Amino acid sequence: MDPIFYTLQDFMTYTEGVTYLLVIATLAGMTVFWWFLTGKDKD
Amino acid sequence: MAHVTTGERKSIFSLFNFIALIVLGVGIYLTYLRFAGGLGAVTNLSDYNPWGIWISFDLLCGVALAAGGYVTSSAVYLFGMKKYHSAVRPAILTGFLGYALVFLAINYDVGRPWRLPYPLVVQQGTTSVLFEVGLCVATYLTVLFIEFSPAAMEWLGLKRARNLVVKLTILLTIFGVVLSTMHQSSLGALFLIVPSKLHPLWYSSYIPIYFFVTSIVAGLSMVIFESTLSHRFFAHKMDETHLKEANGVTLGFGKAASYVLAGYFAIKVLGISSGNLWHYLKTGYGTWYLVELLGFVALPSLLYAIGVRVKSLTLIKWTSVLAVLGVILNRFNVCLIAFNWHLPASERYFPHWMEIGISVFIVMIGLILYRFIVTRMPILYEHSDYKDAH
Repeated sequence: MDPIFYTLQDFMTYTEGVTYLLVIATLAGMTVFWWFLTGKDKD
Repeated sequence: MAHVTTGERKSIFSLFNFIALIVLGVGIYLTYLRFAGGLGAVTNLSDYNPWGIWISFDLLCGVALAAGGYVTSSAVYLFGMKKYHSAVRPAILTGFLGYALVFLAINYDVGRPWRLPYPLVVQQGTTSVLFEVGLCVATYLTVLFIEFSPAAMEWLGLKRARNLVVKLTILLTIFGVVLSTMHQSSLGALFLIVPSKLHPLWYSSYIPIYFFVTSIVAGLSMVIFESTLSHRFFAHKMDETHLKEANGVTLGFGKAASYVLAGYFAIKVLGISSGNLWHYLKTGYGTWYLVELLGFVALPSLLYAIGVRVKSLTLIKWTSVLAVLGVILNRFNVCLIAFNWHLPASERYFPHWMEIGISVFIVMIGLILYRFIVTRMPILYEHSDYKDAH
């Protein structure tokens, strides 16, 4: 169910919170993807 | 040597020439209708939809797909990746022709094309993003012309002028990167003014960044795609160096495109999150957005990566087609499909066949010019007088 926001504070806390978590996941994901992409370069 | 002609001349009665003749004939007639009867005679443009296929395809796609010039020249001359040197001239040529055709297309699209120089010499309008785009595109077209000119000068035997221009290579490359960074992103910034007309999934305050990042993908993918076509049709014009370096270019550019696409996918998802647009994904437009994001961003990124890992040139080459189509789809979505999304179907824009005809005509001019130049000038091989001059 979509969250209900009563104030801008609620909205920003929710969206920024989710976005920050996604940023952490992106940084980790891009590192893993780089390993995947270049993994066979040394062979 | 590969590029030396054997004295045999191909017949002018080829399938390509036959199709080209028809397209040029129809195109010239449509050009007459456009300039004799005005925009209303050949287009479905209206006050609701002043930007049609000539902007979305000829201009937005044309500029994005011509990005191979700055991407390749900066990789070779600024980042020192000399192993991709053989890709520079074809990429610069594609970029130059792309921008020249954008300039040609804009003459069809604007109501009074003779006023195109006005922003430069009459009234600047420095607060307008469009002014910056116009100034950058005009300047970059000049830069690309100078970057391309050594090949023409080698062909014409203008040795001193050629040597002078080659000395400017680094300066021109820096100009190219700066100007491209500015106007590729500014083409996206044009849409910042229409938050109520563009669907929220495509509208974002980060749209200039999206446009710039996708231009890098388009540039890298177009170099691979164009190289594939050149190998198919102009292999006899390539020298040993070009043929030897081609696989490395495909693998290297495929790897770069894969990672840039992955980054683009990430910032698009972050854009949805920061705007809390998740609920739009459940709608029809959301499904279409997911088709673009998963089918034409995530999928090519993964296919490029697999192609690079298993060193499958065929997979990388086919993926470049998918990536190029993805960039075209993105520009169509932003400029046409998701634009004016709230209007009833009767008010929506669909291009007139004559608009499509003129776009095909312009692409055909590009193909003919490309073939003319590649078969005469040292684009796919090094001129014998300038071997190892780099």
